[in-house]
This record gives sequence, C-alpha cells and structure tokens, in this order.
Amino acid sequence: MARIKLKVDPSRRRFLLRTAGQACGAALLGMGLLTLSRQSHSLPAEAIRPPGALAEKDFLSACVRCGLCVRDCPYDTLKLAELGDNVLTGTPYFTARNIPCEMCEDIPCVVACPTGALDKSLTDINESRMGLAALVDQENCLNFHGLRCDVCYRVCPLINKAISLQAQHNPRTGKHTLFIPVVHSDACTGCGKCEYACVLPEAAIKVLPTRLAKGAAAEHYRLGWEEKQKAGKPLVTPDTEHQYNLPEGYRYEHGGEGLIKEKDETTPFGSNPLDTLNKHQEQSK
Amino acid sequence: MTVALRPGYEAIQLKGWLKAHQWLLLRRLTQVSVLALFLSGPLFGFWIIKGNIASSLTLEVLPLSDPYLLTQSLFAGHWPETSLVIGALIITAFYFLVGGRVYCGWICPVNMITDFSAWLRTRFNIKGGAQFGRESRYWLLAMTFITATISGAMVWEMVNPVTVIYRGLIFGMGLAWLVMLALFLFDLFIAPRGWCSHLCPMGAFYSLLARYTPVRISAVKREACNDCMDCYAICPEPQVIPPALKGTDKSSHVITGINCSNCGRCIDVCSKDVFKFTTRFYKPTDSSNTFKQSEVLS
Repeated sequence: MARIKLKVDPSRRRFLLRTAGQACGAALLGMGLLTLSRQSHSLPAEAIRPPGALAEKDFLSACVRCGLCVRDCPYDTLKLAELGDNVLTGTPYFTARNIPCEMCEDIPCVVACPTGALDKSLTDINESRMGLAALVDQENCLNFHGLRCDVCYRVCPLINKAISLQAQHNPRTGKHTLFIPVVHSDACTGCGKCEYACVLPEAAIKVLPTRLAKGAAAEHYRLGWEEKQKAGKPLVTPDTEHQYNLPEGYRYEHGGEGLIKEKDETTPFGSNPLDTLNKHQEQSK
Repeated sequence: MTVALRPGYEAIQLKGWLKAHQWLLLRRLTQVSVLALFLSGPLFGFWIIKGNIASSLTLEVLPLSDPYLLTQSLFAGHWPETSLVIGALIITAFYFLVGGRVYCGWICPVNMITDFSAWLRTRFNIKGGAQFGRESRYWLLAMTFITATISGAMVWEMVNPVTVIYRGLIFGMGLAWLVMLALFLFDLFIAPRGWCSHLCPMGAFYSLLARYTPVRISAVKREACNDCMDCYAICPEPQVIPPALKGTDKSSHVITGINCSNCGRCIDVCSKDVFKFTTRFYKPTDSSNTFKQSEVLS
C-alpha cells in the first residue's frame, strides 16, 4: 500500500479532534433530550394546570418552575411536579380528585407568576379554562339511574351555568324523571369541584383537558332551526307545504299527537279492526 | 503505599486549621444560609424568600430570577413578564460585580456534592478518570439553547441538576436524590471534577458574566511561592492560576480567568499567603517592586 506523508500540525489536529468530540457529545446529548422531551411533554389527563395557564406548548416555553404560584395558593391545591412524577418535572399542576381549585376571586397564583406562563390578562376567575368537566361514566352516575344525587350540580361554583340538570323521561319506570347533569363548556372553568365531590369511589364526572373533553362541529355546519330563527324566515325557498297521503277524514299533527281522525264516521265496524276479528273468537269459546 | 500530603497540610500546620479553612467555612455558611432563607418559609412558616433559585420573591418585594433560565425561555420563544426580567437583571448585575461563577462556589448546592467527591478523591488517593475538555460546557450551553429553540420548550430544565436539586430541596425531592447521587458518583469514580468544572452549562453561562468582574483574587506575593502545588490541587479550575502566579515580572498578578469562582480555597491552602482578594485593577505598589528588586540584587 502506497503511503503519502500528510503535512499535519499535530497540535492543531489534536485541537480539532477534541473540539469535534465535544461538539458531537453535546449534539448527541441534545438529540437525546429532544427525543425525551417529545415523550414527556404531553401532560397526563388527570393533571390540571393552574388557572390562566397558557396553551401547554407555550406554557413550557414560559414557566421557569419557580413555584411562586404554588406558594401563593391558599388551599394547597397546586403542586410542583417532583422528578419521577408523570408530570414534567418542576411544573405546577393539581389533581382535582385530591384538592380542586377553589376559584379565588383575586386569583393569587396568576398574580404571583413572574413569567407570564399564567396569563395576567385573566382577571375574572370565571373566565378561566383549566379544563372541562365531562360526565364520563353514564353507567355508574347515580342520576343516570334515576336517583337524585345531584352532588356535582350542587357543588358547582357556577351552578346552572356550568352544570345544569336536564329532565328526561325515565324509560325504566315509565313514570319518573331522570335529572341528567349536563356540563356547559361555555361556563365550565375546569375547577374540578364536581370531580372532587362525586360520591362514587371513582368519580363519574371528571375534569379533563379541553382537547380531550370536547369535540368540535365541522366549521361549515349550521343548525337549520337556529339559522331560520336568526333570519326570521325559512332559508330554503320555497318552503313547500308537506303533502301527506292520508285516508280521508284524517290529518297529521306535528306536535306529537300524530294521526288524528277529523270526525267520527259511523261504520258497521268498531274503530279498532282487531275488535271485529276477535269478536268471532270470543263467540266460539 | 506512600501518599502525598493533602493540599493545605502545610498551611494548617502554619496558620492553624481555622485560618486554613476560613474561606471554605464562609462559603459553606453562605450556601447553607441561602438555602435556609428559602426553607424557613416551607418548614417553619417564616417567609423570607419565596420560590426557588429559578425565580423568587424576597420579603414580598424583591424579585430575583436566574438569567440562564430567562435566556432559555427567550430561546424557547417566550418573552417573559417584567418582574422576571427585572429579577434577572438584578442577579446579572450582582454576578457581574462579584464574579459570575461565585454562583457556583457560594450558592449552588451541587458544589457541596462535587466538593465532597473531590475531597474523597484526595483522601483516598483516587487518581485518573475520564477527561472532558473544559470547553465542553460551552458546547453544552449552546446545546441547551439550540434544543430550546427547536422544541419551543426549556428542554434542559427537564434534567438540569442544579435547578432539579434546589427545587427538590425546597418543594419535594422525588427522584432528585438520584441526581445528587449520580453527580457524586460521576465526580468520584468517572471524571475528576467532571460536572462543575467541565460540563455544567449553567456554570458556563455564569462564567460569561465574569469577563469584567472587579472582585478578583491576586497572587500578590507570587515571589514567595515555593511551588508546593497545593493551590493547583485544591482549585476546581486550576487553569486560571498560572497566568497570575507564574507570570513574568511585568504581567498582572490578578487571576482573571472567567471560570475562577472566587471560592478562596487557594488563599486557604497556601502556607506562604501568596493569594489575596483584591480588585481586578490590582497592581503591586512601586515600593514593593523596588523591595523585590533590591532583594534580587542583594
């Protein structure tokens, strides 16, 4: 093998090699960290950020994990994640089932935040959106069984706004009413008092990150009846009258009564054809 | 097995144990006191400093924030609120005056861990180990900013031992004990003075604040040096010593290396009292020069 002599300054070569090693080491560590961060930066659903928290991605660029929000929380709701918790280390969160947010009017946690990770433009705690309550277990919720538990509804700081009870027919008994707790996303702050108070061993109503708790209608969807009301007239023209092929002397009522006989015409048969058929049966007995 | 005497042995004999450890003791006192100021609130309900070293509020008025974290936040794409900026400016100004890496030597809790490793190394004569260049920390510093930019989050803060440990001490350790143990073992068995003097990007950041620091240690009596090498052995950043100690007659006596943490251990261990805290503008007076020359001539 032919060899050629390279003109290399050994000290320069050493320097370049050392520098390359250091740069590559740092780069490898950086790539490892980036991979790790991808995996650990997703917030588990049971961990709720304090009121006013920026969207998770922005929050992680802003929060320096100083814990001043934790210190100013009068109810010890907030915690800083410890290393090894499933929440990103050092960031503040709370678990509604343990201690929910008491929704202080002066929002001390937001006031304490030096970074803006908790947005100071939040001045009315009712406007905060920490998450969204969702009645996730309709099989075990007592109200779905027809009982009047109502605890989630009663403890809600925005009762009748964030949670209301919707009366529904109870098909099991046929004569009672179900009072179904319904969460309204336009008012629910995600404070978690409903989840905390749920009487079941495992809460049937839970505060979830809004991204998990809420669906979204397609942008082009319109509710026809609302549009009609807004416009004050039908939007589909002409609004033709519906034609029914009904027997003579009958009409159809839309309010729920259904088919209605206009006047009692006298026939040799009763109004129910079955009576006529069964008459012979009874006679033969 | 013959073992070299521990650095500072001669100084202890000559000056007494207390005098040969005065800066070390003062430093430990500072480290523990600062931690105590943070802990008095959570432990005893007596609130002096609230928060942790990332950002804090002293006596409900004075905001103090870490400029390194602020910088990471900026790279991640967030412009913080004024109180964090003010806090970081105060801290920056402070370390600009006293020396950036005073943070490492006098405040940072990791210093106690790695100093303990270093002490054990001397005590049990543990030699050698992996060598990382001291410039590695600057590459790591750049890495923490680049990863913050790419991911839009302060990625380094997932693992930054300094903030993880300090926060752990104040807000609950979790697995931060493991980080402490890891650093201890790393410095003890893997790389001598590995973390604080070679790798830590936080220290690297603070070193950049020390370029014009007025408070510096000088080898004021360098002609008295008897080359015992104790200062080199005890110094976590011994590369900063020679320019001041072994300079030519005209060169400065001041240790200007940005990685000097003003820890004062060289002052402690020197039996000849070569080193002294001075300003960076220190110049030996003419009289001492003439004295020196006359000494040489005689």
